[in-house]
Amino acid sequence: MRNIFLFIRRYFNFLTFLVLQVLSLYLIVHYNRYHEAMFDNTANNITGKVNEQYNKVEYYFQLKRTNDSLIKANEVLYNKLKSNFDLPDSATRTQVDTIKIDSLTQYRKITYLHTKVVSNSVSTPSNYIVLSGDNVKKLKAGMGVADANNAVVGIITEVNGNYAVVMSLLHKDSHISGKLLKGGEVGTLSWDGKQPNILTLNNIPKSAKVAKGDTIITSGLSTTFPKGMMLGRVEEVLAETATNNFKIKFHTAANFYNLEFAYAIMNDQQEPVNKILDKLKKQQQ
Amino acid sequence: MSSLVKNIIRFILFIFFQHFVLDKISLHQMITPYVYFLFIIWLPFKMPRTWLMFIAFLLGFTLDSFRHQPGFHAAACVLIAYIKPFLVNMLIPQEGADTNYQEPSIKSMGGPLPYFIFIAVLCLLHNAWLFFLEAWQFGNIWYFLIKTILSTAISILLIFITELVFNRKQKFRTNTI
Repeated sequence: MRNIFLFIRRYFNFLTFLVLQVLSLYLIVHYNRYHEAMFDNTANNITGKVNEQYNKVEYYFQLKRTNDSLIKANEVLYNKLKSNFDLPDSATRTQVDTIKIDSLTQYRKITYLHTKVVSNSVSTPSNYIVLSGDNVKKLKAGMGVADANNAVVGIITEVNGNYAVVMSLLHKDSHISGKLLKGGEVGTLSWDGKQPNILTLNNIPKSAKVAKGDTIITSGLSTTFPKGMMLGRVEEVLAETATNNFKIKFHTAANFYNLEFAYAIMNDQQEPVNKILDKLKKQQQ
Repeated sequence: MSSLVKNIIRFILFIFFQHFVLDKISLHQMITPYVYFLFIIWLPFKMPRTWLMFIAFLLGFTLDSFRHQPGFHAAACVLIAYIKPFLVNMLIPQEGADTNYQEPSIKSMGGPLPYFIFIAVLCLLHNAWLFFLEAWQFGNIWYFLIKTILSTAISILLIFITELVFNRKQKFRTNTI
C-alpha cells in the first residue's frame, strides 16, 4: 500500500497529465452524449451571451449588406403578389365554393420564424451557427434554417434557453438531399472541408444532363426543408471513374461569410411523420 | 499589478482575440492561425506543473466551448503545459536564470535563439496534436502534415509580432539575498 502512495506521489505530474488527456479524448469521442447532459445549460449559455454582445457591435458594420439582401428578398415577394397577374380569360365566371372547409390557416404546412445570427464560422472543418431572438423558444432540434433570401443554411441540432445551435451546411457530418431542377435527379450533399461556399452533390447518375450554372434545389423528401428551396448553382461536373455517378461541385446560394438573419422553418407535419418513421424503425429492430 | 490579475486579463484577451479575430480569418483551408496558447507560454516559471496543466485545460476548454467541439484544444493545451517545464530546464543557459526573471521572454531565456526554439517546439507540438486529433476523424495523413507545418509557421510569426507589439517589462530579481 505504501508503495502505491509513493508511486502516485512520485509520478503525480505525469498522472495528472494522463488524466487530463484522457478526459479531453473522452469529450471528443463522447461529444454527443456529453453535449446533451452538460453543455446545454452552462457553457452554451455563457458563450451565447458573449457572442451576442460581440455581435451587437459587429452588426453595425454589416447594416448596408443586410439592407441590400432584404431589398432583394422583398423584390422576390412583391413579384409573387396576386395583383401582378392578369386573369387569363375575363369571360369565364369564377365559381365560389360555398362549402367553407378550405381555409388558409388549416392547410398551412410551413411557417417561417425569423432569428438573429449571433455566432458563425467558416474556417473550421465542423462549423456551427448560433441563433438568438424571441422565436428561439419555438424552435426544435431537426428544423431547417434558411437565410434572408430563402437559401438553405443548415439544420438545428440543439436548442436551450435563448440560443439554438445550428449545424451549418459547412460541416463534415452535414448530409442533406439535393435535387437537380432540370432533370429531377436526387443526390446527397457533402462538404470536404476545403473551400467555404463550395459543396459537393454525390450519387447523381451519369445519365443525368448537367451543365455549369444549373440550379440545385432541395428535394422535399424529408420534413426538414420544403421542396424547391435554393441550394446553389453547379460550378463543375466531375465523373467518378469507379462508379456510374457524377460528383458535382456547386456554389452555395447562401453566403456563409455574412449571415446576419436567418429563418427557421417550422413544418407542422414534422412530428407525425417522424413518429411513423420511429415506429417503423422500432419494428424492424 | 499582481501576477494573478494580470494573467486573468490575459486569459480573457487571448480567448477573445482568438475567437473574434483570428477565427474569423480564413486564409486558406490548410492554415489556421493560432496564438491563444501564448498565454500558457507566458505563465510564470515558478508555477507548479499540476496547476499549469489545469489552467491549460481550462484555457483549451473555454475555446472549445466557443467552437462547440469540446476536447480538441483542451488536449493540445494540456500537452504543451506538460512539456513546457522540460524545455525551460533544457534551454535556460546559466544555472538559476529562471529565478532571476518571472516569465519566459527573449531576455529571460538568454537571447532570441533559445526563445525561438522554445516557441517553435511548443507551437509544433500544439498544432501537431490538435490536427492529429482532427485528422483522426478525417483520416488523411497529408492533410495533417501540411496543415501542421503551415499553421506552425504562421503561429510563430504571429507570436513574434505579439512580442514586438506588447513589450513586456521584466524586472530583474536577484537571488543573492
